[in-house]
Amino acid sequence: MFKILNETFRTGIVTTGYPAAAADIAAGFRGLPRIDFPAWRDARPAAEVCPTDAISAVDLGGVRDVTVDYGLCVFCGLCAEATPEGAIQITPEFELAVEHRQELILSAHYGLNEDGSHRDLISVRPGAAAVEPAAERAGRKLKEQISATLGRSLAIREVDAGSCNGCELEIHALNNPIYDIERFGVHFVASPRHADMLLVTGPVTRNMEVALKKTYLATPEPRLVVAVGACGISGGIFGRNYASLGGADQVVPVDVYIPGCPPRPQALLQGILMAIGRMKQALHLST
Amino acid sequence: MLSFIESLAHRLGGQVERVAARNEHEVYLQLRDADSRPAISILRSEYQGRVASVFAEDRRSADACFFVYHVIEFPGDPAYLLLSTRIDHTDPHFPSHSVDIPALNWQEREIQDMFGIQSDDHPNPRRVALHDNWPDVHPLRKEFSLTTVLPEFEGERHIYRPALGEGVFQIPVGPVHAGIIEPGHFSFAVAGEPILYLQLRMFYTHKGTEKLFEGMPVERAVFLAESISGDSSFSHGTAFCQAVERAGAIELPLLAARMRTILLELERVYNHVADIGAIATDVGFGIANAHASRLREMIFGLNEVLTGNRLLRGMVRVGGVRRAWNESQLSALRLTVHGFESEFRHLVDLIVSSDSTRDRLERTGVLRLEKARDLGIVGVAGRASGIDLDVRRDHPYAAYGDFEIHPPVYDGGDVWHRMQVRIDEVPASLNIISALLDSDLHGEPCTPFDRIAPDSCALSSVEGWRGEIMHWIRVGADNRLERCKIKDPSLNNWPALVEAVQGNIIPDFPVINKSFNLSYSGTDR
Ligand code: SF4
Repeated sequence: MFKILNETFRTGIVTTGYPAAAADIAAGFRGLPRIDFPAWRDARPAAEVCPTDAISAVDLGGVRDVTVDYGLCVFCGLCAEATPEGAIQITPEFELAVEHRQELILSAHYGLNEDGSHRDLISVRPGAAAVEPAAERAGRKLKEQISATLGRSLAIREVDAGSCNGCELEIHALNNPIYDIERFGVHFVASPRHADMLLVTGPVTRNMEVALKKTYLATPEPRLVVAVGACGISGGIFGRNYASLGGADQVVPVDVYIPGCPPRPQALLQGILMAIGRMKQALHLST
Repeated sequence: MLSFIESLAHRLGGQVERVAARNEHEVYLQLRDADSRPAISILRSEYQGRVASVFAEDRRSADACFFVYHVIEFPGDPAYLLLSTRIDHTDPHFPSHSVDIPALNWQEREIQDMFGIQSDDHPNPRRVALHDNWPDVHPLRKEFSLTTVLPEFEGERHIYRPALGEGVFQIPVGPVHAGIIEPGHFSFAVAGEPILYLQLRMFYTHKGTEKLFEGMPVERAVFLAESISGDSSFSHGTAFCQAVERAGAIELPLLAARMRTILLELERVYNHVADIGAIATDVGFGIANAHASRLREMIFGLNEVLTGNRLLRGMVRVGGVRRAWNESQLSALRLTVHGFESEFRHLVDLIVSSDSTRDRLERTGVLRLEKARDLGIVGVAGRASGIDLDVRRDHPYAAYGDFEIHPPVYDGGDVWHRMQVRIDEVPASLNIISALLDSDLHGEPCTPFDRIAPDSCALSSVEGWRGEIMHWIRVGADNRLERCKIKDPSLNNWPALVEAVQGNIIPDFPVINKSFNLSYSGTDR
């Protein structure tokens, strides 16, 4: 007993000040790759190295159609290294949660030179997901009700629908004394019947489709679904194949998407608190 | 080189079709006959060979057959033997070894499911990798397209064996579990509190990983390898890169070998400390876990400083590592490792001095040596039950050849000893890191490489924190993969859980399970 108390006093308080204070993040952390579209002279090298096709380029009739989908990004930094003109910068931005899938996507059009490099930027617009969410989400009004109902005390049921377990490590970290999610009245529960929110990780595998659906239906309304990580958003590096259906929104309606591979605990915190109206969306790509 | 390869070839005599050494790490021995039973029985009884893995390859377009490979290791020999047999494609079948080598049970059935090659005389030939309600497909056959859209699944997923008797109940658990863990289904048969029998149903997270590798350029495939099991991102990434390096005869710069070794050990440390905390939690010692998770966070922070990612992702690459470390990164490493050492001692002291914790962990979930040997248990769980295996010592890679590795081996086989192995391994890992910090950590981080000769294959193994990870690859045209076989130690070790829980009470299941802490994703892929 004495030892336990002694350890506690010796350690003191270790909990982070985030989100009230800035997050304490190491210098080398790779967050959002920001693209300076007018300065981008060639999208091909980045598209070539990107391991998940988060950056893709298609040429048609002298015009290059470039899609950047942060819902696929695993934040490896290769695109910045492959782009010598410095048009892609790896930033430490990590508050990337959004409410709508398309808010993670930009679509740019370039006129091309003879050698295939960009001559001029024709337009940058919000893009559309290659695969639209299959499940319908709740309307705006209902969401406000949900915030009012769940905002002060939220019970989360985590559902691994096929992840590599990387996201689970970071979700676990939310319960450690550093991130201590319970200080916000948020806690993890063992049954969907006790839950207000499902936190879904992984590409949804064929084998987990039914279990995810059943878990969703067992969660009392009003309920929220948060899709975690590149896989939870889009299927990530696994994409859609004979065994994987892609992102969570192919099976259940998703209210908030949290990019990352995996998202760091602060990013999870921001996305979860955003879903209940206690933090604001920070990422606005088109502005 | 396998010292006795000549005597062996002589001993097997007419059974041998050809012998080829691709590199110093592996020798291929192709049998004339499709029946590998006589050869494997000689290798096991006369040469103390251990069959570490079995896998198949579809070579119908190149060689008009399938191949089945048995990976065999011999005590004291750093090279592996890959025993291959040609499987006739018109009526594909291969002999099962599961009766003699229960360790191959799941792996043989996986070959059945994924390739449609029948395992003859298998004691339990039911599906394992594809659930029972899947249509009749064999995804690793070349003609099966990755993006095949399968029809709606119908029918029963799996028929569990009924457990009958007075007062016997069956308790189904999963696939969605109560904690923040991966999905799988456990069916317990209990009589009162004690567990009589546990049946496992895995492969819920099967996401086509081995198929996805096929056709992928090797550089991109590193990222897929990092996603086989998130908690072993660096080990799987390294195992994969090493396989490509061996296939392409790409020499690893000394700096990269040392940096990989440091990062592999950091991965071991963060997982071990987290497991120690989790074991404490499962017997009600939550505050110890609070400290353990604080310690894991120290390493996660360091990981981010060293690699830009808390799980060490995006650092390993074919030919080496992405970038060298600067002075400030090196001093962060030095400082954290130093600080961690004393913090870890405090944590261990807290746990081992708690009698009630010890009482719950000792003689709980015992896995006996004979069982462990039959089931082919590796890594932490194996060492806790007396199986003295460690890839770092037995098949040195990265910079491990410069170290004397003395893995802790116990014969207790209970939860306590699985924790004890981890407690012993953490300081040993920190010592390896400290020694490497005293070596020269400057130079080229990576060897550039060009085209790898098509049809080059290689095996690679890494002692991940759980145990033996193996990757076997064949590179095709344009540095794209033809085949990538992945064996995570979890695949070996799940059946150990079934043995270890028998006779224990249901409330001890979580802590027994946690003491193995196996990866579902690594198993299911
Ligand atoms: S950082 Fe994201 S966009 Fe850039 S190459 Fe990596 S995955 Fe692709």
